[in-house]
Amino acid sequence: MTPALRRWIFLAGAAGLVAFYLWGLVGLPGFGDYPGPYGDIINRIAVGQTNATGVVSAVNFEYRGIDTVGEEFILFVAAAGVSVVLRHLRSEREREALDEAREAPPTSDAVRYVALILTGPIVVFGWWLASHAQTSPSGGFQGGVVLTTAFVLIYLAGQFLAFQRISPTDLTEAVEAVGAGGFAAVGVGAVALGLAYLTNFLPLGSTPGGVFSSGTIALISFFVGIEVAAAFVLIVGELVEQTLLVREGTK
Amino acid sequence: MNPALAVVTPYTVPAGLMDALQVTVLVLIAAGATAVVVIREPVRQVIALSAYGVLLAVLFLAFQAPDVTLSELTVGSVVLPMLLLLTLAKVRRREK
Amino acid sequence: MHVFPFVVVAWILAVGLYGIVTSRHLVHQIVCLIVVQSSTYVLLLGVGYRTGAVAPYFFDIPGRTPAVDPVVQALALTDVVVEAAVTALLLAFAVQAHKRFGTLDPQELVQLKG
Repeated sequence: MTPALRRWIFLAGAAGLVAFYLWGLVGLPGFGDYPGPYGDIINRIAVGQTNATGVVSAVNFEYRGIDTVGEEFILFVAAAGVSVVLRHLRSEREREALDEAREAPPTSDAVRYVALILTGPIVVFGWWLASHAQTSPSGGFQGGVVLTTAFVLIYLAGQFLAFQRISPTDLTEAVEAVGAGGFAAVGVGAVALGLAYLTNFLPLGSTPGGVFSSGTIALISFFVGIEVAAAFVLIVGELVEQTLLVREGTK
Repeated sequence: MNPALAVVTPYTVPAGLMDALQVTVLVLIAAGATAVVVIREPVRQVIALSAYGVLLAVLFLAFQAPDVTLSELTVGSVVLPMLLLLTLAKVRRREK
Repeated sequence: MHVFPFVVVAWILAVGLYGIVTSRHLVHQIVCLIVVQSSTYVLLLGVGYRTGAVAPYFFDIPGRTPAVDPVVQALALTDVVVEAAVTALLLAFAVQAHKRFGTLDPQELVQLKG
């Protein structure tokens, strides 16, 4: 199959796909005329029912909680998959980290200073995002990814050894397991009290949008935050190790 | 809602202005997606992907979705280009 | 303006698919897959938008203000983070494929058998 033939077959298929898509578009309400009942219903009742003013996080962790459990476990399995796929083959050896750190080209002072100065505020910001899901546009997923950025900054500042020391594989895997298992355990806790899985059984707090309000939503968001951060740090650590340390040929 | 926490901010943006902003960013996104695909050299494509991620974040903000903006900004500008560049470095090192 | 965002979604999808089909480098293909995924985020948020509405956070605005749909925002939010992890898995596969076959050209990889 020559590339030109492949291109023509693709154009024919794509023309058909776009034609069907535009035909289906005719029946949709236009952009901006949102008619559906669910969004309006949830906007009306969410603050009263859960004492959470961040309705998106309430949908994520309360009304649609079991879907989020599934997505979090996709993340968990993807991180485990990266560890398995990048395992050491028999025909490879691993250099010492100290040798690699000695031979690494020096990073410029500007990059190093800016990266190291920003690391502290980014950790605080990520922690704040992960623990305030119920009040403002924040939540577990965003906070976790911002926490990952702090670790990445340490690697980018040229401190490869420091990056390896603060994210040892065992500790990161343990934190990730605590995050994923904690989410599932909160759901099982509701079952232990005789309610349905993932029912909001903790006290809801007095003011809507306070830090300790909305029961299990804040707790679940915290667990999701540390799980996402640990999963991404694990993935980045695996790729860094594969790029910098693994060499082919047994010595 | 708690009256002690009430900070009433005016949210009235003229509808025409919001429309213009959304149309502009959508056109930029269409152009950005085309640019990301048309650039064949992988390292340059990663830079284009990083800029495309920031444009997407601006679009999500114009669609009144600040949560998705936060996720896309970090993931699309930092984490994904970092993973891609590490892979490219590994592949290039083996080819030497 | 009634259909323009959805037309842009169709364009991004078609352009991304074209990149995947005619690609000569596995990492270029993976980046085109990221572009295709981004079209679904735009589609989700475009479906839930209401003209003149604000973001669904009632921290400092009265509870009856018309707001956009929060359900599609929740979907798009978890989407973005999870698909980054799946992309990382694809990149790990690309690294191992390069180790085993020595090439990252998908049109040559098809012909190698074992």
